[in-house]
Amino acid sequence: MTAAFSARVDKALADPTLKVAIDRTTGTARTKRAAAVAAWPQFEAARDLGRDIKDHVIANLGFYLAEFECNAKASGAQVHWARTAEEACATVVGICRGAGAKSVTRAKSMLGEEIGLPHALDDAGIERVETDLAEHIVQLAGDRPSHIVWPALHKTREQVGELFRRLHADPGALDSVEAMVGSARRQLRQKFMRADVGISGANFLIADTGAVCTVTNEGNAELTTTPPRVHIVTAGIEKLVPSLEHAMTLLRLLVRSATGAELTQYTTFHCGPRRPGDADGPEAFHIVLVDNGRTRMLADGLADMLRCLRCGACLNHCVVYRQIGGHAYGGVYPGPMGSVLTPVLDGLAESQDLPRACTLNGQCQEVCPVKIPLPTLLRGWRDRAWREGLEPTVSRVGIGVWRIFALRPWLYRLATRLALPMIRLFARRGWIASMPLAGGWTRHRDFPAPARRSFMDQIERTRR
Amino acid sequence: MSAPKPAAPRVALFVTCLVDAMRPRVGFAAVSLLEAAGCVVEIPRGQTCCGQPALNSGDHNGAAAVARGTIALLEDYDAVVVPSGSCAGTIRTHYPDLFSAGSDWNRRALALSAKTFELLAYLADVRRWRPQGVALHATATYHDSCSGLRELGVKAQPRKLLAAVDGLKLGEMEGAEDCCGFGGTFCVKYPAISNAIVSEKTANVAASGADLLLGGDLGCLMNIAGRLHREGRTARAYHAAEVLAGMGDGPAIGEEP
Repeated sequence: MTAAFSARVDKALADPTLKVAIDRTTGTARTKRAAAVAAWPQFEAARDLGRDIKDHVIANLGFYLAEFECNAKASGAQVHWARTAEEACATVVGICRGAGAKSVTRAKSMLGEEIGLPHALDDAGIERVETDLAEHIVQLAGDRPSHIVWPALHKTREQVGELFRRLHADPGALDSVEAMVGSARRQLRQKFMRADVGISGANFLIADTGAVCTVTNEGNAELTTTPPRVHIVTAGIEKLVPSLEHAMTLLRLLVRSATGAELTQYTTFHCGPRRPGDADGPEAFHIVLVDNGRTRMLADGLADMLRCLRCGACLNHCVVYRQIGGHAYGGVYPGPMGSVLTPVLDGLAESQDLPRACTLNGQCQEVCPVKIPLPTLLRGWRDRAWREGLEPTVSRVGIGVWRIFALRPWLYRLATRLALPMIRLFARRGWIASMPLAGGWTRHRDFPAPARRSFMDQIERTRR
Repeated sequence: MSAPKPAAPRVALFVTCLVDAMRPRVGFAAVSLLEAAGCVVEIPRGQTCCGQPALNSGDHNGAAAVARGTIALLEDYDAVVVPSGSCAGTIRTHYPDLFSAGSDWNRRALALSAKTFELLAYLADVRRWRPQGVALHATATYHDSCSGLRELGVKAQPRKLLAAVDGLKLGEMEGAEDCCGFGGTFCVKYPAISNAIVSEKTANVAASGADLLLGGDLGCLMNIAGRLHREGRTARAYHAAEVLAGMGDGPAIGEEP
C-alpha cells in the first residue's frame, strides 16, 4: 500500500462522523433504489437496452459526434473541441474572458471537476459561484467533493448547519433542513441573477437535435443556464445518444439507480441560444466537447467504462466506499467506477492502490444500470500493474514462492506437512492471536489453528 | 418395466487449499454428502490450489500455469465439485479467460468450466438431493459469499438444503449479501479496510441472535469467525456442508476437538 493512500484511509477510518454521514446517505440511496427497481418489472430488459445504446454510440462515436456538431451548430450553438483537460479549461476561460465575465455560476458537473475547471476559473481571477447545494457546501468549506451525486456526502447536516452559521450572510435559525436550504437560497439568489456566464455539464448530448440534457433536483442548472448572457456546456464525448428516445431510456435507468426516484425534479433540454421572441435564455451558447483520455480508453480495452452514466450506484453499494468514503480514493471519481477511471486520468503508478483496494465482490456490477463489468476492468488494471512491475515486492515474492509450490503437487504436500505443525505452535486453545508474517490478519482478527494433518494426508490413510 | 438407472457420476472433489490445510472436516463432509447423493467420489492426488492468489494479484502467467495443471488433472471426470464458491467460480468463470479464445487450452478450460460446480449447488440443483434424518437443534444465519452468489448464483440452494435439517432454525441477518471484507489477498494487503468491513458483518451476525454462522466458503468463514472471536462474541462458525453431513455438533472453526 502506498503511503499516501494508507494515510488517507487511516484518516477516514478514524473519523466516526464520516461513517455516520456515509451510512445515512448511502443507506437511504440503497433502500430507495431497491424499491424503485422492485417496482419496475422490465428493469433487467432496460439495463440490456441501456448497455446496447451506449455500446452502439461508442462503436460509432465519430458518426454521432459529427451529427451532434452539425445539429448543435444549426441551432446556433458554438462547438469547441478539447483533447485534454488543459485545452478544455483554456477554452472555457477564453470564452469567459471574451465575454468580459467577472462572475460565473456553475451547475455541478463531474466533467468540470475532472478537468479541474474550478481551479482554472479561480486562477483566472473569475468569481466562481457553485450553485448545486452540495457543491456550495463544498465550496464554502474549501473542500473537495466526495461522491459523484452527493458531493457533500461526507458532511452531516449538523456540520453543514455549523458551516452556514459561520459563513452565510443571513443564516437565520437553521433549525431544520428547510431552514438551511432557505439560508443557501438567500445566499445564492443575487449571485444567480448577477452572473455573466453560466457553466453546466451535460447528462446527455442528443445527436439528432444538437440539444444538451441536464438533470437536477434543485433547479440550479436552469438558474445557472438561463439568466446569464453566456451558457457554456462542458461535456465528455461519451455523453452522446442518438435521439431523445434513447436519452429517455437512459434517463429512467440513471435516476432510479442514483436516487430511487422515477425522475429528477428538473430535466431540461438546452438547444441553442435565445431565439428572437424567446422570453429568456443566453445570448451565446457554447459546447466544449472533451476527450481527456476517452479515445485512449477505447484503445486500452476500457470501452465498457465509457457506458458509465455517473449514477453513483456502484459507490453506494461498495463495501470499501462505505468504510473509507470518497476522499480516501484521492481522485476526482471515487468508488468502483473511480477506481477504473482514476488510473486513466492520474496514471496507474499514482493510483495503483485503487484497483487493488477492492474485494472483487461484484456488487457494483450487479447494480450498474448499464452492466459495466467493473470487477473485470479492475482485474485488468491489476494485470497491467503486475506487468509494469508496480506490484509491491513483498507480494511479488510471496506469489512467486506460492507459484513454485502450487505447480509441484509433491512439494506442495511436503510443505503443507511441515508447515501445519509449525503454525500450530502459535495457537492457544484453537486460535492464533499473533504470528510472524501474519500481522495483516492478526492485527484485527484471530486466526484459527490449522489442522494437524491436511485433508489430503488424512484421506489417503482412510482410503487405502 | 422401469427405465434403467443412470450410472453414478464419477465426481472429482477439488477440496481447495484452505479446506486441505485448515479444515479437513469440510472435505470429509463433502465426500459423505456426494456419496449420499449417489456419486462415486474421487479425490485426485496432485491437486493444490485453484490459482486465485495469482489471478487476483494480476499475475496472469502464474494463474494460467496453475490453471493448466488443474485442467489436466480434472478434465476426465464427469463432474468437478468444489466446497467453495470462489474456487468453483475461478474454474468456471475465470479459467477460460486466461487463455486466448479458440486456443486448445481455452477449449479445455471451457469444457471443464461446464462441468465444475459449487458443492451446495451441485447437491441441490444437479443431484436434486435433500438431507434426510439429519438433525441439529440450533438457530443459524447464512452469509452469502460473493463469488458463489454473484458468479454462480448460489443463494437458494444452501437455504433449501438447510431447511431440511430437523431442528435447525435459519434466520436472515441484515446485509447477508454484503461482502465480509475477506477478498483473498485483500484482507492482508488492506487490513484496516478489511477490518472495518468485517466488523460490520460480525455486528450483523450478533444482531441476528443466531447461535451459528453458516456459509459456503472457508475464507469468508475464517475471516468472520476470527473477528467474532477477537471481539469476544459467541456465535460459532461452520461450513454449511458440515451441518448437512450431520457434523454440526463437532468443533466449530477455531474450536479444538
